Amino acid sequence: MFSVLTDNWPLFRDGFWLTIRLFVVSGVLSLVFGTILGAFRVSPVPALRGIGTGYVNVLRNTPLTLVFAFLFFGAAKMQLALPSPFWTGVGALTIYTSAFVCEVVRSGVNTISPGQSEAARAIGMSFNQVLSIVVLPQAFRAIIPPLMSVFIALLKNTTIAAGFSVAEAGSIPAAMSERGENQLLTLLWITIGFLILIVPLIFLQRWAERRTAVA
Amino acid sequence: MSTVLYEPPGPRAKARNRITNILVLVVLVGAVAWLINRMYQNGQFEGRLWRQFQYSSIQQQLVEGLLNTLRAAGLAAVLALLFGAVFAAARISDHKWIRTPATLIVELFRAVPLLILMFYFYFGNIQFQLGLSPFWAVVFGLTLYNGSVLAEIFRAGIAAVPKGQREAAYALGLRKNQVVRLVLLPQAISAMLPAIVSQLVVLLKDTALGFIITYAELLYVGKQMGGRLTYGFPYIPTYIVIALIYIGLCSLLSLLARYLEGRSRRRRKVTGAPPPITEAPDAASGLDPGDKI
Repeated sequence: MFSVLTDNWPLFRDGFWLTIRLFVVSGVLSLVFGTILGAFRVSPVPALRGIGTGYVNVLRNTPLTLVFAFLFFGAAKMQLALPSPFWTGVGALTIYTSAFVCEVVRSGVNTISPGQSEAARAIGMSFNQVLSIVVLPQAFRAIIPPLMSVFIALLKNTTIAAGFSVAEAGSIPAAMSERGENQLLTLLWITIGFLILIVPLIFLQRWAERRTAVA
Repeated sequence: MSTVLYEPPGPRAKARNRITNILVLVVLVGAVAWLINRMYQNGQFEGRLWRQFQYSSIQQQLVEGLLNTLRAAGLAAVLALLFGAVFAAARISDHKWIRTPATLIVELFRAVPLLILMFYFYFGNIQFQLGLSPFWAVVFGLTLYNGSVLAEIFRAGIAAVPKGQREAAYALGLRKNQVVRLVLLPQAISAMLPAIVSQLVVLLKDTALGFIITYAELLYVGKQMGGRLTYGFPYIPTYIVIALIYIGLCSLLSLLARYLEGRSRRRRKVTGAPPPITEAPDAASGLDPGDKI
């Protein structure tokens, strides 16, 4: 059982390393892009709200695999292809995940009752003070646990890149199939690898949930 | 409109918002125009790229792909609901030796990427010649993952029924089976419906993973159509059509979920039924059996 892993160690190592890089890079980008979109959705400008709502509704109802296919096969036809398979994968994951980050940010801000900021304004705080002292610290609490779920989903979604010639962990079975290795053992090791990555995130999320639970 | 972030705008803020609104619209129109121009420059509006959609054989292929998608989604939905019901029942069991393995299995299938679950059946079939077509790999993968999520939804729904209901039923001398079947489930189901339908949207979207394991669903058909030299590799037109189909189907289901949620909320005002559950309990919110939601 161990020989499957040890004989093909470079394959597993490189695969999971690429998975982690995909996850981290698209995680950071989706956080930035999704927060901007979330800000759009709670802004007083109707056009910005419309853009945010439209983006979320379209992307949440589109399969991620289709986003991948469009960027990998379609974008090149408009000469908009991203420089490498890795970055194309990052692009697809970011476009998709941002919609979910946006929803988390929006609903996080909406959990705070308007009375909070009305009180803050009543004692003479400026918009920036209201935002940074009153609204954001409370929104942050409501945002962290669901945001962690979004990131756990992102980590699992990186496997889809395997279908598009990105050599991350999800592509290991195909390579091992060519080498004639035992597929079930290969998949078992990949499952263990993903559990090693995901279980700490799950515990981190539970911890954050307890930490941020409003007493 | 007053929100947590800003008060109803006064005359100056109104003017400012109006100007920003116009600026944003200009930028948006500019961006769309740039994209369309980009497509035009690269010949994406040429007739031959779009012509194939007029042919009935091609339309038939699209319909066939769509039917394959719906077949996999439909069967997987039924199996996942069964799986969910069985495992939810196991998770609220009084016997630890039933509860613990059920909890482990549900947690495991929710943590493993769905594509990897499908790979077990796909590559397992190749290695052991099980005679499973990719269709079954898609269906079984979807069943295990979505069934586990549904099990959590069912359990959360039952746990969300006010405690007094359960206590009153036990006080009347009903057995656990009767309490769950006659008292808790009927009340829980209407609260769970929005979450169940939302999960079915996820299931429908995830059938597209079949593309990767060569199941001839909608996206797979799209790749074949896009790759045709005769029509100048019409990837973009094909994907636009396919995206419209997916978005249409999923939006309809999402609308249904929202309608059910609204109905459940309205009914709640009248009867004091439990609040609607709108989405799957967090992939990671580790609630022990018996926890209150």
